Amino acid sequence: MAGVTLDTVRKIYAGNVEAVKGVSLGIEDGSFCVLVGPSGCGKSTLLRMIAGLETISDGEVKIGDRVVNQVEPADRDIAMVFQNYALYPHMTVYDNMAYGLKNRGTPKDEIEKRVKEAARILAIESFLTRKPRQLSGGQRQRVAMGRAIVRKPQVFLFDEPLSNLDAKLRVQMRVEIKRLQKALGVTSIYVTHDQVEAMTLSDKLVVMSGGQIEQVGTPSDVYRRPETRFVATFIGSPPMNILPGKVEGPGRVSVGGQVITVTDMRDGLTPGSAIEVGLRPEDVQAGGAGSSSLSMDVDFVEELGATQLFHGKVAGADFVVQASTGQIPAETRRLTLSVDPANVHLFDPQTTRRLGKA
Amino acid sequence: MVENRPFRDFMAYLTLVIGVILVAFPVYLAIMASTFDTATIINGNMPLTPGDQTLENYSRALFYGGKTAREPVMGMMINSMIVALGIAFGKILISILSAYAVVYFRFPFRRTAFWVIFITLMLPVEVRIYPTYKIVADLGLLDTYSGLILPLIASATGTLLFRQFFMTIPEELLEASKIDGAGAFRFFKDTLLPLSMTTIAALFVIQFIYGWNQYLWPLLITTKSSMQTIVIGIKKMITTTDALTEWNIAMTTAVLAMVPPVLVVIFMQRLFVKGLVETEK
Repeated sequence: MAGVTLDTVRKIYAGNVEAVKGVSLGIEDGSFCVLVGPSGCGKSTLLRMIAGLETISDGEVKIGDRVVNQVEPADRDIAMVFQNYALYPHMTVYDNMAYGLKNRGTPKDEIEKRVKEAARILAIESFLTRKPRQLSGGQRQRVAMGRAIVRKPQVFLFDEPLSNLDAKLRVQMRVEIKRLQKALGVTSIYVTHDQVEAMTLSDKLVVMSGGQIEQVGTPSDVYRRPETRFVATFIGSPPMNILPGKVEGPGRVSVGGQVITVTDMRDGLTPGSAIEVGLRPEDVQAGGAGSSSLSMDVDFVEELGATQLFHGKVAGADFVVQASTGQIPAETRRLTLSVDPANVHLFDPQTTRRLGKA
Repeated sequence: MVENRPFRDFMAYLTLVIGVILVAFPVYLAIMASTFDTATIINGNMPLTPGDQTLENYSRALFYGGKTAREPVMGMMINSMIVALGIAFGKILISILSAYAVVYFRFPFRRTAFWVIFITLMLPVEVRIYPTYKIVADLGLLDTYSGLILPLIASATGTLLFRQFFMTIPEELLEASKIDGAGAFRFFKDTLLPLSMTTIAALFVIQFIYGWNQYLWPLLITTKSSMQTIVIGIKKMITTTDALTEWNIAMTTAVLAMVPPVLVVIFMQRLFVKGLVETEK
């Protein structure tokens, strides 16, 4: 087993396009690290550099204590699961899983032992003689994971492995990947654009944007204390509401003339200066008239079954409130919202960074 | 759904039948002609039903040859077979390797290389026949199998066909191979080659027939009758200066010349159609 260390890794493509702009990251041995971000944020490129499928323009990638910048993919002791599975169409499931070991000159009986074992773990024993095209998407996904497992690598790399599955299967496979990773204890790096996958799978969540890391932390850290406005609106569904506000004084900001109190606010902000106020749709309560309250004009309601989403405007900005079904009458046109001071996030309008306590 | 209209159906079938007759009748005539003696054909009253000279004609053609050429067709068929197989396999080998290079390797002037290959599509053998003849003659390859085969091997068509096919193979397959420890040659042998089987079959059929039917090139570079191909043999049987043309033997030879391509098409038809139509996922 081994951890993975990235030191100011850069990827510059021809034409001076910088896809990854100096990323430094330490991934502990045995942990599950998820890289999440919108398309084009450089997360896949970063993963492919760790795999050795892209050259590293600058910086250093270490697997364990070994710098692998110049090491061939096959010699990095990694295994990768691709989005389209990349199974060899002309080989049986067994041969697909055995191919990498064969190329390494592993003895036949050892190959058989490992393939059988992986097949048992993944419950694909009955398909071993089939070709990939005779399998369903979920089964192919398992074979792709089996191919990774038999190698007994130091690191698993996953490149959006669930994107090609339907929603139900995706949830199921997500749970299985997590269980498998915990059972095997192999360091895993997983790339996705789906923030639910990111939150549920990761021990360490890395949010990326524009070729840079926005924030690294545990999923709950990132959710509770987003460091930038980008992270705040990217993680969480529906996304966090951002309202234009003004600094009133220590622990106090105003939104559209209504003053709310804030627990996590940086000291020494100039009263009267502009500030952005972030509120998660699930963190505001309808009704109640505490010291911190906002009024909202409701435009329409989305039904989600267990919950309802109220769309409308607060102080001229779009605002969404999530409430348990039945808690607020659906025909309500005007809501008074009470805000827990602990759940208010403040951001600098210029730098978009969090203005929390140092 | 297409509606069921008897008159339209009738017209469609009629057109098709006329087309088939146009194509098939000369072939039928050749087969019939190969069953009569020379006199019956020459006097212009050849019946359209089989005659009684079949065995004589075929055994004479195969093992003795025409009166003037005196070259057994068996030998010509062997020559043609060697040339056609040589061209077909040679082309497949050359074009699959060059397509592999053009698609999977980044080297300087890769694009140029591809375009140069592409441009040769516009230069059939006939256009470059003089310089090619000169080179083959200087290399001392006149009247040899190598001389018959080598100049016809270089193929833009094959390279293009394989290139198109390789481009449909997902990039991830190559990457998975890399991670599985397969180098350039192993990836080619273990993944690309098995996936290309149908394309290879398609190309084989096309190129076998192309090689089998070569006329101008063998005509130019073979002078020994022991090296001539069956297509040349037919031509020699028809042009006689002082004797009557033995049409029955010429037709027998023509029928024999048709057999191998027909067999290749029949036995490889399934793979052939698959190779042209389908890209295996």
